[in-house]
Amino acid sequence: MTATRAEVAAVACSDLFRGAGTILASTVGIVPTIGARLARLTHAPDLLLSDGEATLYADTPAVDEPFREPEAPFAYARLFELIARGRRHVVMGAAQIDRQGDQNLSAIGDRDHPSRQLLGARAAATNTVNHATSYWIARHSPRVFVERVDVVTGVGPARARAAGADRFQDLRRIVTDLAVLDFTGPAGTVALVSLHPGVALDQVTAATGFPVHIPADVPETRLPTDEELRLVRERLDPRGLRDREVTAS
Amino acid sequence: MSDKRLSIEEAVATIESGMTIGIGGWGSRRKPMALVREILRRDITDLTVVAFGGPDVGLLAAAGRIRRLVYGFVSLDSIPLDPLFTQARERGGLEIEEYDEGMFVAGLRAASARLDFLPIRAGLGSDVLPANPHLRTVQSPYSDAEYVAMPALPLDVALVHVNRADEQGNAQYLGPDPYFDDLFAMAADRTIVSAERVVPTSALLDEGSFHTLLFSRIYASAVVEAPRGAHFTTCAPDYDRDEAFQKHYAVSAKDPEAWAEFERTFLHTDEAGYQAAVTRFHTDRGES
Repeated sequence: MTATRAEVAAVACSDLFRGAGTILASTVGIVPTIGARLARLTHAPDLLLSDGEATLYADTPAVDEPFREPEAPFAYARLFELIARGRRHVVMGAAQIDRQGDQNLSAIGDRDHPSRQLLGARAAATNTVNHATSYWIARHSPRVFVERVDVVTGVGPARARAAGADRFQDLRRIVTDLAVLDFTGPAGTVALVSLHPGVALDQVTAATGFPVHIPADVPETRLPTDEELRLVRERLDPRGLRDREVTAS
Repeated sequence: MSDKRLSIEEAVATIESGMTIGIGGWGSRRKPMALVREILRRDITDLTVVAFGGPDVGLLAAAGRIRRLVYGFVSLDSIPLDPLFTQARERGGLEIEEYDEGMFVAGLRAASARLDFLPIRAGLGSDVLPANPHLRTVQSPYSDAEYVAMPALPLDVALVHVNRADEQGNAQYLGPDPYFDDLFAMAADRTIVSAERVVPTSALLDEGSFHTLLFSRIYASAVVEAPRGAHFTTCAPDYDRDEAFQKHYAVSAKDPEAWAEFERTFLHTDEAGYQAAVTRFHTDRGES
């Protein structure tokens, strides 16, 4: 079976949770949500999943179907306690990510007169200094990967270190429609980990608005197994929502 | 025991311009929208609003009632951004204090315990600190650790909407999440509780367990019966979010003419007029 780009990305998101154990997987976006559920159905059975509202669920439905088997109540107040406790891995989106690994969800432009007001700080600062954090970027482009973010909501390695807030920081990876990246460049800057099959290196460098660190060896992102493809196509996303989020074939 | 029931007009008449008001709920979930609509009908302005923002913030910001907004996010949930809020920000002139959500909760907890601040890990290294130059950090007396000293967010008045309350203000939520309504109530000098239904104390356990009683009358100063008082946000299990209407709100908000029409139809009227107009909105769309 030939995997699509969205399927490769979904499996890369699943791999974020390898060895995670009994923690809460929180995801924003279709592809990471498929990834977390795929992880629970394959290599990470002890993951906890919520409906993003107030309940943890024992079942693992398709991404556009409701959960049905409540496992425990999980009000927002409990979420903040859990974050402080650290037993969570979040995959957030970003309006911008920069070379230092800082993320922006808040606004584009000047603080008092933004050209584009976005969500606000949300809990990005809380997440990034307390537990495992990854990012999902559906369209890898210089608009997202910028030299300097306009507002730092999620804290990158250098700033966390400088502020003495790196004790519990655990930045993992950035999965995009083109590649997998992480924060292992010089001084914790963004580095390339792997290229998705069919993606050339210069495609990624052209789509990244700063000089991304390129290690000597850049492998291809692994292909999904037949079992993973079957689970994604038949069980987790039979109506193909992933292809709306990732347009490349 | 004292009967704290007031009409919506009487309750909101106690809010004065310049006050700091906390608004319960979360995003587009169980917001005290009827109380917000009543503020819009009155000449109450210059407010400091403290909220996990949704359409409450959008409506008040668009009407120019907010001097300063203290928030972690503003979202309509099923629609990521509230157009009225984003427009107000992009126009400029809306003073903001943007906190990370974890910091925001710590600020309410500090106020509810009458502390000046609470230490929190979140915020260090982020732009929340430089953007709020009054924020300080605090050194642990036990280790080298340094934390953000999140200042208390005390409120003059908290506005919350719950599923049921009795006439003394014992408040009950029947949905999945209490959000932070109890914290808002504890952080405030006074709390106005609106409820879908005001029931006898003895009936509070008819629909939910003892654990659905969110806060007691200690923290309530006024009780307003406001059926569909969270509309168009969700007030499960009494009703879900009115997605069609929320979409109409968001689409109208993007066009000045359409917004003027929205205001004429839904906001330039009393609460009964609003609810009737919402019913007509659905009838006209062919929904019964």
